[in-house]
Amino acid sequence: MSTVEERVKKIVCEQLGVKESEVQNTSSFVEDLGADSLDTVELVMALEEEFETEIPDEEAEKLGSVQDAIDYIVAHT
Amino acid sequence: MLSPVGNDVKTSWEAVQAGRSGIGLIDRFDASEYGTRIGGAVKDLDISPWLSTKDARKLDAFIHYGLIAAQQAVDDSGLEEFDALDKERVGIAIGSGIGGLEFIEKNVIQMEKAGPRKVSPFFVPASVINMISGNAGIRFGYKGPNIAIVTACTTGTHNIGYAARTIAYGDAEVMLAGGAEMATTRSGVAAFSSARALSTRNDEPQKASRPWDRERDGFVLSDGAGVVVLEELEHARARGATIYGEVIGFGMSDDAHHITAPPADGEGAARSMKNAIRDAGLAPDEVDYINAHGTSTQVGDVAEVAAVKSVFGSHASGLAMSSTKSMTGHLLGAAGAVEAIFSVLAVRDGILPPTINLDNPDDGCDLDFVPHTARAADIKVALSNSFGFGGTNGTLIFRRYEG
Repeated sequence: MSTVEERVKKIVCEQLGVKESEVQNTSSFVEDLGADSLDTVELVMALEEEFETEIPDEEAEKLGSVQDAIDYIVAHT
Repeated sequence: MLSPVGNDVKTSWEAVQAGRSGIGLIDRFDASEYGTRIGGAVKDLDISPWLSTKDARKLDAFIHYGLIAAQQAVDDSGLEEFDALDKERVGIAIGSGIGGLEFIEKNVIQMEKAGPRKVSPFFVPASVINMISGNAGIRFGYKGPNIAIVTACTTGTHNIGYAARTIAYGDAEVMLAGGAEMATTRSGVAAFSSARALSTRNDEPQKASRPWDRERDGFVLSDGAGVVVLEELEHARARGATIYGEVIGFGMSDDAHHITAPPADGEGAARSMKNAIRDAGLAPDEVDYINAHGTSTQVGDVAEVAAVKSVFGSHASGLAMSSTKSMTGHLLGAAGAVEAIFSVLAVRDGILPPTINLDNPDDGCDLDFVPHTARAADIKVALSNSFGFGGTNGTLIFRRYEG
């Protein structure tokens, strides 16, 4: 079974069309990985599906980096 | 061009000259419960050289097709190598008849299953019709007029005609123009089937599209895209562009009759052709070839013949009229664009493309439809018709370019 970190990174790669090697824990979705506002919405939807959880909009807006997403998922699933 | 008979202009034109059908069984979804199980799909297309996976995922297939055709047209035109190109004077007019039906279906199903929060943020930009023009503008940096005319099956013809007028009016020097369609989806095929518009000749797909034949039973729904580069003549000459032909006439009209059927005498179609001939400053007997709308429907095929007879009088029997839809099927909003390209190549090469499957012409269908096989002919002027749901008609006239 993959770790939360591996699963989050896999989804980030799929959604944002970036290579695994480009994705660091500190990577910002917008500044480092080229996401626009629509991409980040869809990324959150993909995370919700993968981890069978619901991320409220006000929480989703705070998820700026890969580490933010991992922390949120670990805390809420 | 992407079409059921080839994934570029050269391959498609060769197939059409050889009389090859591109129609087959639908394999994009399980059509086993459908009355019509045949269509004209774009085959063996690898989109990865044209679009990144990330971009492709955010766009419906009709936009993939339109962008690939646009890229092919731009590559062929040499515009990107022309350093003096003023991109503010380059515009885009590429439409679609229906738009992102597949993307719409998927999201509606997702919403039904999982609620409104699961609708993709890309739902609108992935499926609305002006997003071929919009994405092409971003891709090429063309900042002139950017538009997408939507007139059902007349879409491609109207976009090319409008684009030519945009250049003639002085709003642009160069226009990318055409149409794209990918409507052979679950709901698309179901809808046209319910309207009793489609052929059900499921056991002989390649014989299903048979304009003017006694045994015709409806059109075949097809996918694809056609895009042309239109350019002000002196602008094209000055940069040494390859000129395939000239757009010399454009006409439009409306039937004001019925939402899906033309009047039996083709009166609206006739006025569209007359308007284009007047715009071109031609006498009717100067038209050598007509690329017909000719979709293989009972009423439409006969009405177009009546219209041609009323416009051309005795010359109707002196010109050739064929339907390349006998091979491609009906590409709806892309049809006029694909057929404009075939019409230009017909006059460039002196080849009349055939109407295949025309084994027994129906009563009153007695023109020279170039049955079965292509013919060489000294043709200079070609006219291309498109007629759409709503009663909207469009006609383009092209002339061989002789320097």
